[in-house]
Parts: sequence; C-alpha cells; structure tokens
Amino acid sequence: MGEITFMKGNEALAEAAIRSGLQGYFGYPITPQSEVIEYLAQQKPKHNYVLIQAESELAAVNMLYGAAGAGGRVMTTTSSPGFSLMQEGISYIACTELPCVLVNVVRGGPGLGTIQPSQGDYFQATRGGGHGDYYTPVLGPNSVQEMVDHVYLAFELADKYLTPVVILSDGAIGQMMEKVILPEPIQYKPNKPWATTGKTVDRERKILTSLFIQSEVMEKRNLKLQEKYKKIKENEVRFEEYQIDDAEIIVVAYGLCSRISKKVVEFGREAGIKMGLFRPITLWPFPLKQLEEIASKDRVKFFISIEMNAGQMVEDVKLAVLGKKPVYFYGRLGGIVPTPEETFNAIKEKLN
Amino acid sequence: MKDGYKLIYKRPKTLLSTRMHYCPGCFHSTIHKFLMEVIEELEIQDKTIGVCPVGCSVFAYDYLDIDMQEAAHGRAAAVATGIKRILPDRIVFSYQGDGDLAAIGTAETLHACNRGENFTFIFINNGIYGMTGGQMAPTTLEGQKTTTCPYGRETADSGMPMKMAEIISQFEKVAYVERVSCDTPANARKAKRAIKKAIEFQMQGLGTTFIEVASNCPSGWKCTPEESLKWLEEQVFPYFPLGVFKEPAKRRQ
Amino acid sequence: MLLEMIFAGFGGQGVLSMGTLLAYAAMKEGKEISWMPSYGPEMRGGTANCIVNISDQMISSPIVSKYDVAVALNQPSLKKFEPRVKKGGILIWESSTIKEPPTRTDINVYAIPAIEKAINELKNIKVMNMLLLGALVKINKIVKIESLLLALKETLPERHHHLIPLNKKAIEMGMKLV
Repeated sequence: MGEITFMKGNEALAEAAIRSGLQGYFGYPITPQSEVIEYLAQQKPKHNYVLIQAESELAAVNMLYGAAGAGGRVMTTTSSPGFSLMQEGISYIACTELPCVLVNVVRGGPGLGTIQPSQGDYFQATRGGGHGDYYTPVLGPNSVQEMVDHVYLAFELADKYLTPVVILSDGAIGQMMEKVILPEPIQYKPNKPWATTGKTVDRERKILTSLFIQSEVMEKRNLKLQEKYKKIKENEVRFEEYQIDDAEIIVVAYGLCSRISKKVVEFGREAGIKMGLFRPITLWPFPLKQLEEIASKDRVKFFISIEMNAGQMVEDVKLAVLGKKPVYFYGRLGGIVPTPEETFNAIKEKLN
Repeated sequence: MKDGYKLIYKRPKTLLSTRMHYCPGCFHSTIHKFLMEVIEELEIQDKTIGVCPVGCSVFAYDYLDIDMQEAAHGRAAAVATGIKRILPDRIVFSYQGDGDLAAIGTAETLHACNRGENFTFIFINNGIYGMTGGQMAPTTLEGQKTTTCPYGRETADSGMPMKMAEIISQFEKVAYVERVSCDTPANARKAKRAIKKAIEFQMQGLGTTFIEVASNCPSGWKCTPEESLKWLEEQVFPYFPLGVFKEPAKRRQ
Repeated sequence: MLLEMIFAGFGGQGVLSMGTLLAYAAMKEGKEISWMPSYGPEMRGGTANCIVNISDQMISSPIVSKYDVAVALNQPSLKKFEPRVKKGGILIWESSTIKEPPTRTDINVYAIPAIEKAINELKNIKVMNMLLLGALVKINKIVKIESLLLALKETLPERHHHLIPLNKKAIEMGMKLV
C-alpha cells in the first residue's frame, strides 16, 4: 500500500510521473494544467529528471520526440490550444514509433475558448489528431486517483507498443483535490535497443525517421502501424460498468461526466428508474464490443451519452450500438459542467 | 599500400559509400565529408547522434554512419535539445538548411541558442529552397531571382536576408559562431577546422556552437558549379562575410 | 452519510483553504472526500468558491448544485447559494459585512460576525475563515476539532506553523459564536 494523501489532480499526475521514473519533461505553461510543470519544477532538486519550459508547445513536443528517441521515459502536458499545436509532433512520433506520454487537460474551445473544463477535444484525441493514418491510445481518467494510475498505465502502454499515449483529462479533474493513494516509486530500467545512443562497433547505426519516400516502403510502415493498432484494440480496451446488470437505460460517459452520471444513476434508482452507467476508460480503443453486447439485451431501452461538448463520443456509441437501440445525447458547451439534476431531467425527457 | 605510393586521401570510415543524391558541385557532400572526418579523428562515432532536417539534407542519414533522428521541418533544434538533455555525455549536432533553421524553425533555433544548449548547429545557407525546386529563402539576396520571386527579391515585400551567424553571436550562452565556405581549397580547409573546433568546444561543454556554411546551389541558382563559386564571391560574401563571430571567452572585435 | 457543501466568498477571503482544511481533516478520519474549486481569473479578486463533499463511501459527483451546507462570506455568494441549500440544510453567513440577510425559513440559518470578531478580538482578519469553520464544525460535528488541528499542522507550510495557535483560537471562538 502506498502513501495516502490529498492532492490536486494536476499535482498528483506530476507526482505519479516522478514515481514512474520520469527522465524528461518538456512543456509550456497553459491554464488549467500549469500546476504540473510548477510541481515538477519545485520537486526537481530531489530528483534526477530533465525539465525544460519550452518556447512553445511545438518545441515541447519535438523535444519530447528527441528525448524519447534517445531512450528517455518522457512526458509533456498541455491544454487544448497547446494540444492542437502538438499534433504535428504526435504524428511524427506515432510514425517513428517512439514511446512517450502526452497529457491534455482539456478546456473549452474552439479557438482560445475558455479555461473551464470541457471534453471538446475527444475527436482530436481519439482520431489521431494530426496528419496521416495513426491512432494513439487515449485514457480518460475520472478522479485524482486515476490521474495517478493512468500515468503508470500510459508509460507502460507506451513502452509495450512503442507509441505515444494520450491522457485526456479536463480542467475540473486537474484542479480538484481528492484522497489519493500514491504507489511506490518504481525503479525504471529501460530496455530500448532501438534508441539513438551512439553507434558502437558491435551494431548497425540506428535511424529514427518517419520519412519513407518510396510509397511501397511507406505503405509497409503504415501496415505495420495498423497491425499494432489491431493488437491494441484486441488487448487494451478498458471500461467500467455501474448498475448495468438490470439497467434499461444506459448512460455512457467518461471523465468528469462519468462522475456526474454516477450521481444521475443514483437519482434514477431512487426514483425507481433502472439506469446504469457504462464508462469507457480507454477512449481509443473504444469499448465497441462491450457496448454492442449491452445493446443486444432486450431490456435495454436506449443509450444516452453525457458529454461536455456538442456530442462527440456519442458517435462512437452509435458505431457500437449499430442501430440496435436509440442513442441520445445530452451535453453542455463552452466550459459548463452539466449538473446531475439537469442531466437527470434530460434523461427523464427521453423516457416520455 | 604498394611500394612507392603514399596514401594522401581516403573516405573516412564514418562516411558510408552510398552514392549521394546531391547535385554536382553542391557543398552538402563536402560538408558531410568534413563532419565525418572530424567524428573519425575525434573518435566519437559511438557517442555521436545527428539530427537531420527537412530540406536537401533530409537523407543525410543514408550517408553518415552514425545514429540519427529525422526532425520535422524547423524542429531540429528542439529535437537536438531533447536528445542532448537525456544523453548529456553524447555529441549531438543538427544539420539544417536556411528554410529550416531561419524561417520555419527560427523560434526553436533562437531559444536553443539562448538556453546555450550544448550541441552543434551545422547551418547550410545557400540562399534558396533547394529541395522543393528553388523557392525564396529567408537568406535569398536582394534582387536574387527564385521561383517565388521571379523578378528578384523585393526587400520592400520580403525584408532583408537574415544574417543568422550575426544574430546567433549575440546570445550570451553561445560559445562559438563562425561563417565558413568551401569555394576554394583554403576556405574548405577553414570550414573543416571550424567544424572540428565546434565539436571540440561541445565536448568541453562550453555551450552552443554554430557553424554557418555560406553554401551554393547550382541547380537552384540555375548556373554551373563554377558560376556558383563566382556568385558566392561576388554577391554572397559581401553580404554574408566569412569569419569568426564569437569564440569562447573572446568576443568579436 | 454524504455531505455536500459549498464555501463561497471573495478571492483572498480564504474560502478555498477552509474547504481544504475541512476535507483534509475528514480524510484523516477515514472519510472519502472531494474538493472542487472554481478556478481561473475569478480567483484573483473576484468571487471564489469550492465544493467539498464528505462521505463514508466513494463520492460520485464532485460537482453538485444542491447543498447540505453553504457558507457564504459575501453578499453575491449568499444571493447565489441561499436558494441552493437543500431543505433542512445549513446556511452560515458572515453577518458583520453582509447587508441583506438570508430570508429562507425552511433551512437552518446561522449568522456569524466572523470578520468583526477576527479584527476586534483576534487582531487578524485573515483568520475569519477559521471562525466560520469553527462554527460549522460545532453545528454539524462533521469532524473532530483535533482533526482540524492536525490538518492545520499537516497542510500549513513549516514557516507558517507559528500561526497555528491563532488559528486554533479562531476555531474555538467560532464554536462559541453559534
């Protein structure tokens, strides 16, 4: 059992990164996630990691690329506008197949938007986000505890599949404090034979690139990536079910909305409505099969996706449900968090 | 070696025998060779990591027998920063053209220099975008014709050619800045010496080292290699003078 | 048991820290907790609030819109949160600066002149939030006073530890004001 403490989501995430054996952090301050770099800066004298406040998110993500290629366990964190700037780099990192972790503490957009929490970057995160055919595993923490646990998991997945992994949080999860159990620090021993560390006489030179000018070679790299994505889809789907077994109404929500929706399910149960919550933990790969199975049950009347956006994950829910049952959506925009009461009322309307 | 013969020149072991794609007369191949000779002479092949850019030298890793990373256009300085910070005992260089270093990647370049990142920039300034077919670069001379300034660079529109060596030498934490060329054997020897000094300063941990090569582009300039050397001497050097702009513990006079 | 509370006032009045302290104390007693602040520019001089939930079980939503307890430190906060107190819930308001008192009769209302007492009797306006916290703990006994004092010790930076006796005094004074 680790250490029990009371921390902000952003700070807990930073502490978890240190305990995961962080070797390099490259970032640019942006609300609502600047506590991450501030915490790492404060703790730096006690540890051995590299920390650079870069000149931009563009620079940060490319430092991340270089450092990952040099074999480091490395991370960056940002919020929505900064995550957009990082897309170029993520595409390169995905194609070059380098492990690293990127955290997006989402705020309301589009544009400069607002600093309040949002889930408006779901499409961007779960569809690759940059140019070309690629995906990154995307984790959606819904508590301060998961801000910790997902850092460990993200680094693990990154190393296992040689891929950038995205943690898609939001401003509320980043700013709130909860009880959290910090796991023991791990002694990270990297095994990265592909890293550029200097060509010794006993080996060939290592080249890390995403440039394959001959189409046949580029197609080959693409097929290799697709093969990897298939494996990730088969092995890494994660989700949580709450009161699903007899549920007639399936509320689907991730991140902060899944916490609100849990309360909504409690309201429903108190009112005698059989509601259940399905929470995707991996947003990519999305738990398509699991939702499809639920959709096949006769008792299930409809699905409703609760989001802090104009309806993004609801498209994945529809892809999973495949027209077997109606799929509805309720959400708020621009940094507004839907209250449990209004969400419950929105669901009740669909019942009539 | 046969009796009576003396070996006076050979390809450095660190340079692969792959046939280069560079145009005849282009300095890229000369600079590649110098860089690899320096790495061989300093016995640092096993410690060196290069970063190549988007530009004519995008395939540099096909020729250099060292570990390398390919950077996105303009981001070589950030990538080199990431590598050097994780592996501070290695020798790291970025090899970049003018579009890469002085246009799309200016922010990364300047901030790496401002932080005094302890790696070496090899900056090939040929005043044109060679790889994409001869468009205007930030270093294209006033009045010089390119495909995107077919009537000559208008400084009223496009500003003046950027003097990167002069700009970079202003940074406190930059250790060494020199502009060199390869138009004559004497200048070529100076270029190699400069590269060697830069790498040695890096090995001593003195800070950023920056070698600008006033280079040519016969294809992009639409001239013969010989004419390109003449253009360098008559047009380029007066605006981009060769010489040392900054040295360790010694400011430019 | 689930207690949903909001602390609201001007930025700088210490609303976030009183919520933090209470949540931390509850955690020390083995409770589940969540603390959700308002954040951003409004923290700097504008209004600030935090929602604190304390429960025996895992807390579902850290954001709620109806409260068992509201502590209002200024007029805008009182106006905003008085209607959101659950029937039979608790409303504590700072009565030495808020001009228009609460009007509801279906909730338990407590007027605490925390600012006046902090200035006149403790000679330090900054501890007025501790007076209100003391009053709250006296009213609903959500945590033991010892837990609050332990929380002070563990959450305050070492350099501020000399202020613990003053904070303790403020909490005790708040308890007496109920």
